[in-house]
Amino acid sequence: MPTPILEVKKLKKYFDITGGVLGKKLGEVKAVDDVSFSVNEGEILGIVGESGCGKSTTGKALLRLIEPTDGEVFFEEQNIINISDEEMRKLRKDMQIIFQDPYASLNPRHTVEKIISEPLLTHGMKSKEERQERVKELLEDVGLKAYHASRYPHQFSGGQRQRIGIARALANNPKLIVCDEPVSALDVSVQSQILNLMEKLRNKYNLTYLFIAHDLSVVKHISDRVGVMYLGGMVELTTKDQLYEDPKHPYTQALLSAVPITDPDEQQERIILEGDVPSPSNPPSGCPFHTRCPMAMDVCKEIKPEFKEVEDQHFVACHLYE
Amino acid sequence: MRLTPTFFIQLFNPSPQIQVRKISFVYFKNLLEYIHNFQYINNHIVPKNSNISLKKAGGVTLEDVVLELNDLHTHFFTDSGEVPAVDGVSIKLHKGEVVGIVGESGCGKSVTSLSVMQLIPKPPGKIVGGEILYKGENLAEASEKRMRKIRGNSIAMIFQEPMTSLDPLFTIGNQLIEGIRLHEKINKKEANERAIQMLHQVGIPRAKEVIDEYPHQLSGGMRQRVMIAMAMALNPEVLIADEPTTALDVTIQAQILDLMKNLNKENDTSIMLITHDLGVVSEICDRVVVMYSGQVVEEGTVREIIKDPQHPYTKGLIRSLPKLNEREQKLYSIPGTVMKPSMEQVGCRFASRCEFAFDRCFKANPELYSLGEDRKSRCFLHDEEKGVEEFANADLRS
Repeated sequence: MPTPILEVKKLKKYFDITGGVLGKKLGEVKAVDDVSFSVNEGEILGIVGESGCGKSTTGKALLRLIEPTDGEVFFEEQNIINISDEEMRKLRKDMQIIFQDPYASLNPRHTVEKIISEPLLTHGMKSKEERQERVKELLEDVGLKAYHASRYPHQFSGGQRQRIGIARALANNPKLIVCDEPVSALDVSVQSQILNLMEKLRNKYNLTYLFIAHDLSVVKHISDRVGVMYLGGMVELTTKDQLYEDPKHPYTQALLSAVPITDPDEQQERIILEGDVPSPSNPPSGCPFHTRCPMAMDVCKEIKPEFKEVEDQHFVACHLYE
Repeated sequence: MRLTPTFFIQLFNPSPQIQVRKISFVYFKNLLEYIHNFQYINNHIVPKNSNISLKKAGGVTLEDVVLELNDLHTHFFTDSGEVPAVDGVSIKLHKGEVVGIVGESGCGKSVTSLSVMQLIPKPPGKIVGGEILYKGENLAEASEKRMRKIRGNSIAMIFQEPMTSLDPLFTIGNQLIEGIRLHEKINKKEANERAIQMLHQVGIPRAKEVIDEYPHQLSGGMRQRVMIAMAMALNPEVLIADEPTTALDVTIQAQILDLMKNLNKENDTSIMLITHDLGVVSEICDRVVVMYSGQVVEEGTVREIIKDPQHPYTKGLIRSLPKLNEREQKLYSIPGTVMKPSMEQVGCRFASRCEFAFDRCFKANPELYSLGEDRKSRCFLHDEEKGVEEFANADLRS
């Protein structure tokens, strides 16, 4: 049994909707509602879902970049929800994040050297020479040149900027990196470069990734296990091969069939879902997917299905498998 | 005619005189309509909107090509110099055909589509050469007044970001009706009905309410449907879709692609689809044009391009896609990044990233070699006289 490096239990994040003159609370958006999973050491757990399903909020909430409403997060068997901000800051040495938009996540007025050396300074590397040396090392690790250190972000292309973001995340030798849509903003040919780089770095430094993306083929390529989210909840979680070969949840089935296939000879019958994702501020009763589910039963409208193991290492939240 | 009691009596019990007039009027109207339904091409009288292709009716396939770009050059004159964003692009769009234009960001695919619609911001942009032939009429030289008639009516466009291309201050109905009434002389009520009908056609539930709502009240997929409804409202012959599904989720993307496929089949609309997603292309397109750095590098049917790519760039692009149904350890990736088009560029645009590049590639830009009917590739490897030989020599040397 591999040891989990990160365990998330019943994580919830509700955002309040306020209105009126006094900012009275009018309701809440259940962005993440009762999500549990664990990430083993050295593995890549992919999380997929459509926009607004809460996958990014999950990633940020477990690093406490957004304070979760409820739930527990264990990092190396330590519950990090109740510790102080100062302790959390120290812990972030081991937990890092790569953001989606390489244009927005780098300060345009800082040189690359300053961007990458900032986390080093925060975590106690006081000598300037040492920091410069480390920056050089990191830039070479991510496929850039040492002379790039004195440049500004706008002088780089999208792919190169994402490399800088990765170098910054790697600076303090973290154990876990949350990758929030790291390749969605990149072109196909650059995307494959970044994916290869991330795999290379994982093998080199024995990293663990929580890889959040909406592109199912990218997630399939990089992950060991994959979780599918819908409207704030996890609906299916299993190994990559299980998920792509034998999807259990009707939503996963629809999602997989909706991906356009490049090969004209392998076009398949697709399940086209009706309608849109319901608003998370007013989620449907029972199973959140029942409004669009082609196999909805009466029970789905009333009772929310539990997220449980139906086969070995295969978790599904659906009444069909009870 | 006044609304007198005699009028009503006459209406229900018309005198023979009125009847005769009515008959002759209806007769002429029908006759005119009937004649109007035919057209005269190459000594053949062919019914309009018939499914008989003109090839079969005999004669040249002049009418078959709806839109033709001929060696189009669109340049941007910026402070840092002239940028040839579109550098000699030729594309043909036949009736009822879906052509995909594929390429990475900055390859000039969007500028190509904007050039067709004459929507390039001038300055800094300018069409400096080439023709855009819509049914034989050169749009590159058309006046703004003429373009207004063509936009929406004959050629319509769907943009990538449905949020930014709808006006947040007007209701959906307002924006739909504006276009319809600009081109057709109908009153508000009729236009309103037409708008509701269009919304129905693109699969919007509760169309009667949606028509009075504002864009922010709709989801991304719904907004894109409204955009499509707007574009299809006047039944254009050509639809240019610039990354219509890029901003949408996969399940919504599947809905929109399905809708576009249906519109193409039912109305015989020709679609020029601009995208970077090869999956979308193989889903919906008949032919594909691959662009790189402002030029067409390869052209062929979907099957040819995906199964048997000829240009090294297309090969690399297809190999670098992670695939759902295959398992491989390492993804192929094209080294380097896309070069910005520039006037000083000599040699093949792709040479610096190409694994097959040899001396000649850096000295001259290859032409588009024809590899069969409508199958082209811009690479010296296809030059049977010189290219391969030099390539072999280069191979030996290295």
